[in-house]
Amino acid sequence: MIEVIKKYLNMFGLPRLIITALFIGICITAIVIGLPVSLLASDVIRRFGMFGILALAMVPSIQSGTGPNFALPIGIICGLLGSLLTIEFGLTSPALGYGFISAVLISLPFAILSGWVYGILLNKIKGSEMLVATYTGFSIVSFMQIGWVTLPFTHPEMRWPIGQGLRVTVSLDSSFGEVLNRVWGFSISGVYIPTGLLLFFFGCCGLVWLFSRSKSGIEMNIAGANPKFAVASGINVDKNRVVGTILSTIIGAVGIIVYSLSFGYLQLYLAPLYMAFPAVAAVLIGGASTSKVKISHVLIGTFLFQGLLTVALPVANQMFPEGNLSEVLRMIVQNGIILYALTKMGGGV
Amino acid sequence: MAIEYVLQMKNIRKEYSGNKVLKGVDLSVKPGEIHALIGENGAGKSTLMNVLFGMPVIHSTGGFTGEVYIDDKKVDIKSPFEAMKMGIGMVHQEFMLIPNFTITENIKLNREITKDNFVSRLSKNERLKTLNTRAMGEDARKALSRIGLGIDEWVMVAGLPVGYMQFIEIAREIDKTGLKLLVFDEPTAVLTESEADNLIAAMRRLAATGIAILFITHRLSEVLQAADNITVLRDGELAAARKKEDTNVIELAEIMVGRKIDITSKSEQTEGQGDKGVILEIKNLSVDMPGEKVNGVDLEIAKGEIFGIGGLAGQGKVGIANGIMGLYPSKGEVFFKGEKLNPNNTKDALNKGLAFVSEDRRGVGLLLDSSVELNIAVTTMKVKDKYLKRIGFFNQIDSKGIREHADKMIKKLDIRCMRPQQLTRQLSGGNQQKVCVARALTLDPEVLFVSEPTRGIDIGAKKLVLDLLVKLNKELGMTIIMTSSELVELRTICDRIAIISGGKVEGILKPSDSDRNFGLMMAGEYRKMQSKEAI
Repeated sequence: MIEVIKKYLNMFGLPRLIITALFIGICITAIVIGLPVSLLASDVIRRFGMFGILALAMVPSIQSGTGPNFALPIGIICGLLGSLLTIEFGLTSPALGYGFISAVLISLPFAILSGWVYGILLNKIKGSEMLVATYTGFSIVSFMQIGWVTLPFTHPEMRWPIGQGLRVTVSLDSSFGEVLNRVWGFSISGVYIPTGLLLFFFGCCGLVWLFSRSKSGIEMNIAGANPKFAVASGINVDKNRVVGTILSTIIGAVGIIVYSLSFGYLQLYLAPLYMAFPAVAAVLIGGASTSKVKISHVLIGTFLFQGLLTVALPVANQMFPEGNLSEVLRMIVQNGIILYALTKMGGGV
Repeated sequence: MAIEYVLQMKNIRKEYSGNKVLKGVDLSVKPGEIHALIGENGAGKSTLMNVLFGMPVIHSTGGFTGEVYIDDKKVDIKSPFEAMKMGIGMVHQEFMLIPNFTITENIKLNREITKDNFVSRLSKNERLKTLNTRAMGEDARKALSRIGLGIDEWVMVAGLPVGYMQFIEIAREIDKTGLKLLVFDEPTAVLTESEADNLIAAMRRLAATGIAILFITHRLSEVLQAADNITVLRDGELAAARKKEDTNVIELAEIMVGRKIDITSKSEQTEGQGDKGVILEIKNLSVDMPGEKVNGVDLEIAKGEIFGIGGLAGQGKVGIANGIMGLYPSKGEVFFKGEKLNPNNTKDALNKGLAFVSEDRRGVGLLLDSSVELNIAVTTMKVKDKYLKRIGFFNQIDSKGIREHADKMIKKLDIRCMRPQQLTRQLSGGNQQKVCVARALTLDPEVLFVSEPTRGIDIGAKKLVLDLLVKLNKELGMTIIMTSSELVELRTICDRIAIISGGKVEGILKPSDSDRNFGLMMAGEYRKMQSKEAI
């Protein structure tokens, strides 16, 4: 009997089980203490669509064997650059999705180039990718602090009214803010469904899934799963790792554009610093390991992780009015999950 | 009362989960003698030593039966530490020295001589005492001198020649008080000839002081040079115990190899294989594979034969196939049907019609967390673009095609799995091996390299895998090049067998050739003998 329970527990995964239980528990508490369910539900769905693509960026990097992409800020910076350039040049006509499409297109070359360079770096430090990735991310964010101040952007919506440099947050109201959310968006009994956002997210997942079933995708997966096997089958492992890193960076760039769009603001300066961690935590909760991941992990993980955070915030505020407990809770859950996943690394399935 | 034997092991039996590794071995060593223990890989030498040292691997797998006597007293050694206390020392094959410590520090490691200081007196804590470097240095000097090593005892170990490191290990062992028996585990394997001579001289000197030496080796000439008595193990049995005066290299070679099973070879019809022409020509191939270096191998493999590559572990037999397939950097030329292969290019080799079943089944041969069907199809998909559907400029895997092919292979090779989607991790060793073979066959190769196909699989499955290779050879006319540590296997199914020693071809034999020749070649003595006879 215990064996059977253990088997199922293993199959479902301990972290996923704990988070699911916690999520359900908090949802029940939210209802009990009388929080507006419809508002919470809208929020959960919106954040699910908003964060999903950033979590999806972990898929190619894990599949190609470089582990979760802790250097996601590289992709994020590329996405931000794309968005800023779009606003700067005023490419915000409705034909360009109010700037959404142009932002994605402009960020692509940046993402490809930086992903390529970063991929080459990763090939030189095999075995300690995650640590190096974390600090590469930190460094690039810090480096861009200088960039945001000194780059010659002139658009008045982005610059400080007095002094030099870009603002900390740039409003997207006049460009592509909430563009996707509004496409075919509708409300059911007070719950707003941002159809366009969700469809775009699912579309991205579909593309990644299709890629993973193509020849290049399978090669990449093998290079990640067993490099020695890959070499014996004539697969160039290093090349595939670079491809995975480029893809991850591109998806990260698209991810931040979608995130900002739904959020309504571009967040510059320190905001991208810790962006990688919730994304990593999400796929890990979803059931991924540092060496194996499926699209379903992204979907389940993002929903659980973002759902938990969204609901936990008002619940915690209600229960403990003093202090910023929800933020503490978020940090505990997020870092705890990453810690758990890292201890599982290399051992077992 | 004089002690007759310093070590006696009587009727030692040991099995690992039903697999009998030692089947009643006796071993007796007198004080002050050099006793050689020889045998092929897997003959049971290391297991016997593990028993002697009370290694945890023995006790955690159910212990052993039999009796061990030290100084004519029955003992029960439960851990290496106890063995050490009883005066048994071991010089390891891979050097267990700390490179950034001096020679003295290495010799005295964990047995440091200490003296009191202010803090240790005050706290009465042994662990806070200061090292007595002078006394340590003196002890180290004494030990080094005993084996005739004139090196300064305060030199750092890092950067010393390999030969010296071995001596330092010996010095460490003899520095331990009360050492009665010193075991050398293949000490000359990594040494040059002159270093080996020095070592043997040092062993003689030690033996003269009354320490018994147990000397495990493959090199038969050294055995005769150094040892007083010789014990030969074969398949976990005591094959022979000889005095040095009563034997010679040829006899030892014969005893070591032996003929273990009747050869029901396929080779009745093999005469005249040669006239089908050469399919693979290897010229001066050198492969830089760690632990299995190949230094200049020339071979010609005829179309349609089963060619065996044998030899002892570490001599380079495994490196040949790995080098040709481009998995390790190689030099030299390989011609396949007269066409030169691009060196170090796996894809090219696979594309031209070579396929490889790796000796490292779980490491190189399989995607353990992928399905059986994907494992079978994936290399062919990569190399030949098969099992793909084109959709515009995009392609997708052809799941149906893969499934059909996998079903066919599963039936053909009799792979026992629940379904084609099962993960290969869950299969038994023999079935995993069949998946590897299926993957190679999917490539439609003309030449199939198979390395250690029966390693780590049970006896029943071994026969199936070997039968499968013979069947492939007979029915499809596939040329098979099989590398194996098990001579019996090679002699069972191969047409010709090349024995590799020291990274070179020692000679090519027929399966029906005498045990003597096989044994001599394995030990790397064949050419020496030949040249002597020629004179």
